[in-house]
Amino acid sequence: MKYIYKVGCSIENLRGIRDFVKQSLKNHEVNELSISEVVLALDEMCSNLMIHAHKCNPDDLFELHIIADRDQPLVMEIIDDGTVFDINQFHEPELGNIIHEKRKGGLGIRLVKSIMDKIEYEKTDGKHICRLSKKVQFD
Amino acid sequence: MVQIKRIQEDGADVIVPIGEIDASSSIELDLTIAKSVGEGYTRILVDCTSLEYISSAGLGVFMSYIEEFGDKNIKMVLYGMNERVLNTFEILGLSELLSIAVDKDEAKKRLA
Repeated sequence: MKYIYKVGCSIENLRGIRDFVKQSLKNHEVNELSISEVVLALDEMCSNLMIHAHKCNPDDLFELHIIADRDQPLVMEIIDDGTVFDINQFHEPELGNIIHEKRKGGLGIRLVKSIMDKIEYEKTDGKHICRLSKKVQFD
Repeated sequence: MVQIKRIQEDGADVIVPIGEIDASSSIELDLTIAKSVGEGYTRILVDCTSLEYISSAGLGVFMSYIEEFGDKNIKMVLYGMNERVLNTFEILGLSELLSIAVDKDEAKKRLA
């Protein structure tokens, strides 16, 4: 089953994204702790994209696709025709540096990399696709 | 969306975030902690029993005070997290860097 959500790049929309992800996965009896981790990872990916690639312009839209089938790894795609924000190219700072430099960023990427099994990027028909996948427990 | 209350109890400042802390609302948490420090509190409790969700933006706020609190000898203890919120701290290993108690009694003991 595939779920699609189209959203503008305002960080006020993050809550709507979280609700969409939660509802989609609940339909498939995904284990609750896994749902909360996937919700968190997508919140982080989408807020990075909104803030760093789109400067929070609410008129810039992107799509979030969730492909969920029982006993299969979950696949989440973020499809954007704007600038790509490739977290694989981003070297996350050490926790010690985050504390010392009082940086409030960099933790999100660490979270996403810890939660997801795979993060891939591709470009098709002028669109950037970021594909995340994760094996989860089903209840 | 988060609402943040403050209650003063036995000389400690208790910060109570209610709702969800994400990139759009983490500034509220930052301002509240800054205010508490500005008012001279050296013992701060963060009651997380009504915190439904936190993303890295909120975690980053707590992290950003670690050094200042060490320098100024300010103690901060977080308590009452639900399983999902605690898991978020644990994924990054922040439960080692921040003081996280199960409940208010334990949190108060850590402040003493």
